[in-house]
Amino acid sequence: MRPLRIVVAKAGLDGHDRGAKVIARALRDAGMEVIYTGLFQTPEQIVQTAIQEDADGIGLSILSGAHMTLFPLVLEQLKAQGAQDVVFFGGGTIPPDDAVALKKMGVRAIFTPGAPLQEIVDFVKAECEKERPLLSS
Amino acid sequence: MSEPQAIDALVQEFRAGRPRALARAITLCEAGCGAAVVAALYDRAGTAMTIGITGPPGVGKSTLCSGLVRSVRTVGKRVGVISVDPSSPFSNGALLGDRIRLAEHFTDEGVFIRSMASRGHLGGLAGATTDAALLMDAFGLDVVIVETVGAGQNEVEIASLAQTVIVALQPGSGDSVQVLKAGILEIADIFVVNKADHPMANQLRREIRSMLQIMEYRGWVPEIVTTQALSGEGIQELWASIERHAAYLNESGEVELRRRTRFLHQVRAIAAGRIRDLIERRVTGEGGNGDPYAAAERALKALGIEE
Repeated sequence: MRPLRIVVAKAGLDGHDRGAKVIARALRDAGMEVIYTGLFQTPEQIVQTAIQEDADGIGLSILSGAHMTLFPLVLEQLKAQGAQDVVFFGGGTIPPDDAVALKKMGVRAIFTPGAPLQEIVDFVKAECEKERPLLSS
Repeated sequence: MSEPQAIDALVQEFRAGRPRALARAITLCEAGCGAAVVAALYDRAGTAMTIGITGPPGVGKSTLCSGLVRSVRTVGKRVGVISVDPSSPFSNGALLGDRIRLAEHFTDEGVFIRSMASRGHLGGLAGATTDAALLMDAFGLDVVIVETVGAGQNEVEIASLAQTVIVALQPGSGDSVQVLKAGILEIADIFVVNKADHPMANQLRREIRSMLQIMEYRGWVPEIVTTQALSGEGIQELWASIERHAAYLNESGEVELRRRTRFLHQVRAIAAGRIRDLIERRVTGEGGNGDPYAAAERALKALGIEE
């Protein structure tokens, strides 16, 4: 059985990566291989990373208020690359109405401050394994 | 993905130059299911220049790597990077963070970067790093740079994989006896003294030079390059040194020797891995009690190995 590989990314002009690091650590401690991109990434950089790293999922953290711009751009890139099977989820300071709208566009889940880490880990595991069984790589 | 049709499709995509197929092929090798893919593609490999970068944690391996990628891209060659970071011995998870220093190359189509977790493999690489390097070579990348985990003194496996091994050191990390010790200092083709702005950089350079003077070298004598990777200072000199070493390998015929060493290493690793799995299964089945030597003897006999 192979471990899940998840890209944890920060996009745009947003230097607050504490949340991303907490999530990265939680996923690591759950046995996943977490690829951290660092700050200030463009949607294109994030999706290229996911492709080269053969990631099962991408977790995008946004605390800058630009979520309604950046999430759709990542979705667009995933589509352009034919990589919609990569589980795309996110988190940050995102108002409930926006979260609903983003999910309608194709973001699989949005986690806001206070979301239990176990819930995030369980979601990532279940969703990624549904997309791509681990036993057959 | 292990079914023959799926493998055929993957190989076809790979031959068509799709980066995602290369990425998937590496995943298969990491999962220990890469035999069929490698069998279908190995004859396309053999032309890439392989460079290894090793050294202690925090010395600047990833930043040096990023600088080298820039140099390679300026001359128009395509480059693959494999960065290895350790896996947790407790959760088996990993945080792979070497990419952060390579961000400027993410969207360059001539660059393919793969982070690998060591997954318990010792020696400074991951179990599938050699496979990944072979696949990148077969994919048509001209240069493959392999960055090891932060190495201590004994992680020398990179010497069996790379044609040119760069050992990066930083000033202020030990006295002259440290540079005389056995281990990674013996595998260097090129020494990099990084963080050249450090007040003790010159002293480290002197210590390496005096160590080299009392060693005996046949053929290539390791070169010392001083760099400040963050600003890019010295990277051109480093690339020039790598090219000199590559020319030496070709002229002396040592390149063939290194190729054979790598082949032998890989065959041994694959075969030994299989034997290890078989023995583990047998010993676990026995319950794990009694005389360990006798148990080993029984396990070997069961595999048909007898003195």
